[in-house]
Amino acid sequence: MNALASLSPIYAEMFLLVMLCVILIVDQFIVNYTKTVTYLLTQTSLFCTVLILLFTHPTGITHLFNHMFVHDVMSYVLKVFICLSVMAMLLYSRSYLMLRGLFTGEFLALVMFATLGMMVMTSASNFLTLYLGLELLALSLYAMVALQRDSAIATESAMKYFILGAMASGFLLYGMSMLYGATGSLDINRIAAVIQTGAANKSLLVFGLAFIVAGLAFKLGAVPFHMWVPDVYHGAPTAMTMFIGTAPKLAAFAFVMRILVEALQPLMIHWSGMLAILAVLSMAVGNITAIAQTNLKRMFAYSTIAHMGFLLLGVLSGTIEGYGSAMFYAMVYVLMSLGGFGMIMLLSREGFEADTLNDFKGLNQRSPWLAFIMLLLMFSMAGVPPTVGFYAKFSVLNSALAAGHVTLVVLAVLFSLIGAFYYLRIVKLMYFDAPESHEKIYIQPDSSLLVSLNGMAILLLGIFPNTLMAVCFVSVRDSLLH
Amino acid sequence: MIFGYPLLSVAIWLPIIFGLLVLATGNDRNARLARIIALVGAVLGFLVTIPLYTGFDRLTSAMQFTVQNEWITRYNIYYSLGVDGISVLFILLNSFFTPLVVIAGWKVIEKRVAQYMAAFLIMSGLVNGVFAALDAVLFYVFWEAMLIPMFIIIGVWGGPNRVYAAVKFFLYTLMGSLLMLVALLYLYHQSGGSFSILKFHSTPLPSMAVQVMLFFAFFMAFSVKVPMFPVHTWLPDAHVEAPTGGSVVLAAIMLKVGAYGFIRFSMPILPDASHYLAPVMIALSLIAVVYIGLVALAQSDMKKLVAYSSISHMGFVTLGFFLFNAYGIEGALLQMISHGFVSGALFLAIGVLYDRVHSRQIVDYGGVANKMPVFAAFFMLFAMANSGLPGTSGFVGEFMVIMGAVKANFWYAFAAASTLIFGAAYTLWMYKRVIFGAVANDHVKHLHDITPRETLVFVILAVAVLGMGLYPLPFAEIMHASVNDLVVQLNTFKIPTPN
Repeated sequence: MNALASLSPIYAEMFLLVMLCVILIVDQFIVNYTKTVTYLLTQTSLFCTVLILLFTHPTGITHLFNHMFVHDVMSYVLKVFICLSVMAMLLYSRSYLMLRGLFTGEFLALVMFATLGMMVMTSASNFLTLYLGLELLALSLYAMVALQRDSAIATESAMKYFILGAMASGFLLYGMSMLYGATGSLDINRIAAVIQTGAANKSLLVFGLAFIVAGLAFKLGAVPFHMWVPDVYHGAPTAMTMFIGTAPKLAAFAFVMRILVEALQPLMIHWSGMLAILAVLSMAVGNITAIAQTNLKRMFAYSTIAHMGFLLLGVLSGTIEGYGSAMFYAMVYVLMSLGGFGMIMLLSREGFEADTLNDFKGLNQRSPWLAFIMLLLMFSMAGVPPTVGFYAKFSVLNSALAAGHVTLVVLAVLFSLIGAFYYLRIVKLMYFDAPESHEKIYIQPDSSLLVSLNGMAILLLGIFPNTLMAVCFVSVRDSLLH
Repeated sequence: MIFGYPLLSVAIWLPIIFGLLVLATGNDRNARLARIIALVGAVLGFLVTIPLYTGFDRLTSAMQFTVQNEWITRYNIYYSLGVDGISVLFILLNSFFTPLVVIAGWKVIEKRVAQYMAAFLIMSGLVNGVFAALDAVLFYVFWEAMLIPMFIIIGVWGGPNRVYAAVKFFLYTLMGSLLMLVALLYLYHQSGGSFSILKFHSTPLPSMAVQVMLFFAFFMAFSVKVPMFPVHTWLPDAHVEAPTGGSVVLAAIMLKVGAYGFIRFSMPILPDASHYLAPVMIALSLIAVVYIGLVALAQSDMKKLVAYSSISHMGFVTLGFFLFNAYGIEGALLQMISHGFVSGALFLAIGVLYDRVHSRQIVDYGGVANKMPVFAAFFMLFAMANSGLPGTSGFVGEFMVIMGAVKANFWYAFAAASTLIFGAAYTLWMYKRVIFGAVANDHVKHLHDITPRETLVFVILAVAVLGMGLYPLPFAEIMHASVNDLVVQLNTFKIPTPN
């Protein structure tokens, strides 16, 4: 019994894995195409995972399995949000996928595999665990993008995603092996300790660091390693795009924190310069290229690149303040992304994708409420108060300024001004233009409720951001002070 | 807290809540209900602000009616409100205009009535927030949030070129605001972790270079809103394309927000940079007064003419501020109030003509007095006030600013006074071409005089314009203490002079 009790930090992952196997088996016996049983089972498992997480919330930092696995406040908070965002994503995409014949048992199983991968990533305390989680996530994502077998464009983007993703993983592994060579360990805390003593070979470390940063930039989609992002976002079915664009960003944030901040904190002067270049380029290329897009999914892809630049700006400040603001940014970004892609799926019908800008023309006349929610989402992405997007930008800029990066802050502000233009254009299309079709918008009551909640969350968190901010800062602070 | 409720919070949130209620009435089937709720909200919104005037202590320059609650503890941000003699008048002005705008749009707006009314009510609350906020982040939130309803108003109910105007308006103001945000963040770190505006006033900033940079950041935000030459070009576009109500709110209220920023932020926080850059600011102000006055003379579109006249009059305001004496500042503040009344009235008058003829071109009119004598009389009064005739509100502020300018430099006063000639020239020339002469065409021939609803609006504004012109003391006395305090603050330098 004692052995089982000592495993309590990993209960959630174990439960998810068990349920995953159950779902795979149960699904064999479900023939109807709506897959209601499998779907409800998946949602229930995710919900129970959240409950288990809440019951096993950490007190301090616990390590498990020979320092392979860590249970701290940051991983706990991120896991809860990952599960919630996956649940929201499933809710949003159910009818969309059903109409396209993609709502299969495999899809649900892949989603759960990916979720498990993300949870492992956020709790990794060893490079091997980290890589294990990352690959579990990545492989599920490749398969998900390719799920629409009869679509050439989806297959192409899956191929691109796979090849570039594999290359990025190669970079990461190469970097990790160099760090292993320099420090003689794969354990994150151990590596930090060895580097601190100064015993490790400096040039080997920095060389390894460069590869690791390149790999991370690939995974995050930061310029100049961003080429896959627009193609994958555009080509994949919108539900998969939504999945790629939401929960994995939280996991990626944890990934960055574990590697750069926990393992390689002593090398901060090196990586913060690299991240500065990535951040500025991402904000520049993302915001400027987004203007030229006519496809909304592609536009969101470039906007993601720009947002990742902002997130990196928080990380590169190198302070608790900065990490906390980056975490807050990641959470807010996920919330906005869910709403944005959710809106595309709500407006899509059988055989019709509402993913071009023109599909949003005159939305205010067709459905004022949806238009209002989209307006909130767009202003939030642009960082205009009183939406929560403003506080995300605010806290990142504040921490970067506190760390003395005045030039970066001014550049970030100017690029977000450019960014405002294309978000504004959506508002313009919805409110100022006449609709192209007057077809009635029919939405399932559950997704309608969810999108309303999502929009209201953007507004209410914008008026009362205190709690979420406090959660982020506390979890970063309590997880990093050893 | 007086009368048992937090006046300022109510002044901000009551219109916003009513705005949401109006929005909830849904589509145009319930247009009548939407209008009535909007009017009730707007009138109540004005009534709740009256105790701000009657209960105001005129002897102190301290903030009054203050409210302070924790908001974002992480960054030491408070929900902190308060007014002094400078800001209280603008809250009243804003709340005073909201019912007028609702009445003015009563019949004219036929599509998406609820959204139109809601946008104005929400904006009214947000503008009150800008004037009442004592926390820089709270101020910024209200300042930016204000853009959203205005963007929608111009873009949805505006004229043919509305989209261009709306986007230009938004991006211009956003650019300025974002730089201001950086400045606020800098001051936050400099002041030891506080966003209190009053604390910013006493934050030491011993380097001129830093002060000048911060001044520039604030300048970008505020000068765009004022607007000052040379960043004024969005205003004529926005005005021309906005619906009447939008133009009224832009001219009467929004422009004041920028000028208010100068006296709440730039000048007291950065006294040294303000003095150092005063010649530049005065030069820009005088260019606005003289050059834009001449530009107004050349306009063939009535709304554009009044828009340029607004820029020219706002030049007076910034000129008055940067003279650093009590005459100049008080005159500028009075000019702001007066310009609110006058430009609002002029836009409403043009709106009356536009609703009937659907043209803003001067050439499309002529001899309107024959058909609309009552309207012509009101329009006359407002035109005279716009050209600064003694006895109207327009005279008081201009006169005081010119007096202040004489004290500073004769030539400033000389250039500024030219506006009395140009202002009269463009306003009265426009008036003559539109109102007098023979009936110009069939459209004019079929005009009917103003309705009781329109008369009500004009009577209220005429009383305000004449009242302020004949007896400005109630407006002036309330600001004395705060202005005197501000002048002292402006002459307390933060950089020690070497001697």
